Amino acid sequence: MKSLKASGHPFSISTLQLEHLHAHRSDQFADRMADAGLHPLKPTRIEIFQINVGKMCNQTCKHCHVDAGPDRKEIMTRETLQRCLDILATHDIPTIDITGGAPEMNPHFRWFVEEAARLGKHIIDRCNLTILLANPKYYDLPQFLAKHRVEVVSSLPHYTAVRTDRQRGDGVFEKSIQAMRMLNEAGYGQEGTGLELNLVYNPTGAILPGPQQELEADFKRHLLSEHGVYFNKLYVITNMPISRFLDFLVVSGNYETYMQKLIDAFNPSAAMGVMCRNTLSIGWDGTLYDCDFNQMLDIKIQDAPVHIDHFDLDALTNRSIVVDQHCYGCTAGLGSSCGGQVV
Amino acid sequence: METYYNPADLAKFGKIGDFDKALADKFFSYYNEVFKEGALTAREKSLIALAVSHTVQCPYCIDAYTTDTLEKGCTEEQLMEAVHVAAAIRGGASLVHGVQMMNHTKKVMM
Ligand code: SF4
Ligand code: SF4
Repeated sequence: MKSLKASGHPFSISTLQLEHLHAHRSDQFADRMADAGLHPLKPTRIEIFQINVGKMCNQTCKHCHVDAGPDRKEIMTRETLQRCLDILATHDIPTIDITGGAPEMNPHFRWFVEEAARLGKHIIDRCNLTILLANPKYYDLPQFLAKHRVEVVSSLPHYTAVRTDRQRGDGVFEKSIQAMRMLNEAGYGQEGTGLELNLVYNPTGAILPGPQQELEADFKRHLLSEHGVYFNKLYVITNMPISRFLDFLVVSGNYETYMQKLIDAFNPSAAMGVMCRNTLSIGWDGTLYDCDFNQMLDIKIQDAPVHIDHFDLDALTNRSIVVDQHCYGCTAGLGSSCGGQVV
Repeated sequence: METYYNPADLAKFGKIGDFDKALADKFFSYYNEVFKEGALTAREKSLIALAVSHTVQCPYCIDAYTTDTLEKGCTEEQLMEAVHVAAAIRGGASLVHGVQMMNHTKKVMM
């Protein structure tokens, strides 16, 4: 499967995605936030630097909001990574969340993790699991990540092969289980090691996710009894109506119903806890965004310099976050963030 | 094309209150109470609702509880097993009346 970009799909152009989101709905997200006393939306404190180190990926999942894939060549340079490190060294930002694409495919990944670990930061690697088996040069990644106490957060949409493969590609489930086994062997997911392996569940279709606790219990039971693998927490996230998932919604005739579902499920408590309030997203070319979703829609931050080269923490902390219709994906039901449900 | 059932009507269910608010309010408050987590989990109740939807053959309920069971974390196999429970009881209910047919046959025939 090709990325939307490589296949010349209209939704590879962010303005066309936004036009689609604007054309069909009158319920303005900003109005709902205003009713909840949350407009303009302000950051609480920047605690997480979420760095998207590139759109290259060994997979091409059907729901990917990054439109990542083997055909994407955008990769963060060592200079930009160094710039991030310089800022992290001089600011009290405790967590570095490395995402992609498959972040490990960035040639500077290991160097960056080593340097970040030296700064004493909490590091998260959003690892798609299958990358660990994609090439012999990745086989020792579990040991490398364990050495630097990196938290591993991995997508596994379901504990059954059929559902996972339908979203992520044929054979992905089996490889993901093998990769979990490698991580478990390196100490990940085991009580007492402090090496966290957290999984991410997102629905395999145009439905909202159920409660995190119940799904986590299901995942733990099935993965342990059927495959002998274990993990710490399950983060439950909602599919955002952008990029490849937006394309799926439109093509399958589910777009209107799904958007209405998100709108009807607007929850002010979830809106209070949206992740853009404590996270800053950095794009592969050093541009700053309120979150990884805004990044993929090319919605840059406002009220502060938009590039990492001109990083200004005060201005960023006082800025207003740019919201739009896709934000309904973060505020539906129990809410959704990179750390799972928020209420 | 005009049809008796329109998927968009499901979202208008609440509007039955326009003609009789008091009874609609009572019905919906009872309905919401029934589906809360209780001695049965919300997921178990949703699967029962899916099976009953097939028994009463209500297309609105089938759509609604297919989505609801999936959202509550059920698998396709579990949904289909619930439908088979409905089918088994329906089929069994017809078939068990065969005893009545046999009783009557024995009575009227030499
Ligand atoms: S593994 Fe992640 S980044 Fe890669 S295509 Fe799938 S969802 Fe996108
Ligand atoms: S999509 Fe981004 S900006 Fe919008 S609410 Fe979610 S995290 Fe915040």
